[in-house]
Amino acid sequence: MSKLSLRTYTLLQTVTSVGLSAIAWAVTGVRPIWSGSEPSDRQRIYFANHTSHGDFILLSACLSEAERAKTHAIAAAEYWGKSRLRRFIAEDMLSSVLISRQWTNEAEHPISIMLSVLDQGHSLIIFPEGTRNTSDELLPFRSGLYNLSMARPDVELIPCWIENMSRVLPKGQFLPVPLLCRVVFGAPVAVAPGEERRAFLQRARAELLALDPRPDRDD
Amino acid sequence: MRHEISILIIGLFVVLSTASVTAAILSARAPKPLSSTLVNLTQRINAWWVMVALMTVAFFFGRYGMTILFALISFAALREFVTLTHSRRSDHWVLLGMFGIVIPFQYWLVWTAWYGLFVIFIPVYCFLLMPAITALHGDTERFLERVSAQQWAIMISVYCVSHVPALLTLNVPGFEDRNLLLIAFLIIVVQGSDVLQYIFGKLFGKHRFSPNVSPSKTWEGVIGGLVASSFLGALLAFITPFSPLQASAVAFIACTMGFLGGLVASAIKRDQGVKDWGHLIEGHGGMLDRTDSLVFAAPIFFHLVRYFWTV
Repeated sequence: MSKLSLRTYTLLQTVTSVGLSAIAWAVTGVRPIWSGSEPSDRQRIYFANHTSHGDFILLSACLSEAERAKTHAIAAAEYWGKSRLRRFIAEDMLSSVLISRQWTNEAEHPISIMLSVLDQGHSLIIFPEGTRNTSDELLPFRSGLYNLSMARPDVELIPCWIENMSRVLPKGQFLPVPLLCRVVFGAPVAVAPGEERRAFLQRARAELLALDPRPDRDD
Repeated sequence: MRHEISILIIGLFVVLSTASVTAAILSARAPKPLSSTLVNLTQRINAWWVMVALMTVAFFFGRYGMTILFALISFAALREFVTLTHSRRSDHWVLLGMFGIVIPFQYWLVWTAWYGLFVIFIPVYCFLLMPAITALHGDTERFLERVSAQQWAIMISVYCVSHVPALLTLNVPGFEDRNLLLIAFLIIVVQGSDVLQYIFGKLFGKHRFSPNVSPSKTWEGVIGGLVASSFLGALLAFITPFSPLQASAVAFIACTMGFLGGLVASAIKRDQGVKDWGHLIEGHGGMLDRTDSLVFAAPIFFHLVRYFWTV
């Protein structure tokens, strides 16, 4: 974290989060659809499809300000840690947590970083595809979701389908096209007793796909 | 003009209050839980209050208010249209241009009353240049479909809608500085016609007008609504440069166009597999669900007035 005093730091994050949510609404008219779960202050891991930098802003715009303050998106250090400016935006403004794909020592292990956030009582937003997806198919999930759930079984896993964001702000673009977006929050998914890693990840992926309100769309 | 505006505002207030009271009485008497029709009715009336309030505020700001209000309506409508139709990654810049260049430029033309370019900017320049940009991007997958959807999107949401504030640029002899009333006339008869068709349909509707496109429309609703809104037009002749007979004829044409606009909008929604354009207004769906009739009526009304009443 930075050298800013705690108060400035909290203020910066609040202003950023309220401002970005307002912009997200003005551009995309975003509205949450709670289909299987309800807004709650329970500790949760929101997992979503990932096509755009705007994804987590859209998802957090659907949460209340109180929940937003204690929900952190997991982002790749390879991208967001590249320059001081990016690190400042990601960590200090957006209060994201950076993890490295090429970790070297145990302290940098993505799972232990994510668990330490959970152990502070905070919630997470993760994108189990592992990268911004440019194909039409949802990519296979990485195993983080399974490992987190095994380690902290009390935390709810909520699938969140983010609609249209690949068209609003595609990978490689920086100006968003205003299109209507919805975020569909589904019923919690949990690892069944004795369920194997791969079977669970496939089931979680299927649960997420099932939330797509317009599955016939091909764009 | 103040006199006419006061009468209009009081009139709308009385009509909406009557509607709200009626809906409240119906809801109080109806068995609980309320039927979806009643809930929807109340939502619609509440949304009307908001819309009338917004229009009134824009009215008091005159040309500024109207131009900005309709530019925002174009923005909301275009966003719904583009969301619903097919586009590809390579369309990003064209889509951005529709929001960032076409809307501001078209409304700037309205503001400066540059009629010559106002009528051709979208149907000529955008029509030719947008597909050219798409072709230059080199992505030919479903090319005609994407290009047509973009054309339709700006024609409907920007070009047609911009004809409403463009009414302020017309020069009708003996009607100087009162053009805002033309906008009031158009909106009240066309939106009134929608409501009247709905009411006549609910009361007397038996024979379906077009079961494949819009199953809720009936012959009884359409004819009753159009006749009633022609009467409404004649009643409102005092705010227009028209005689009562002319006013009812103009209202009839505008409302018929409005009806056809609703029908076309239904056909597009049906083709795209959705019920509403969006979710902007509680109980009304999106912006285009509310303005589809105005969209078709505005250009025809504009040109009728321009051809027969201006110098």
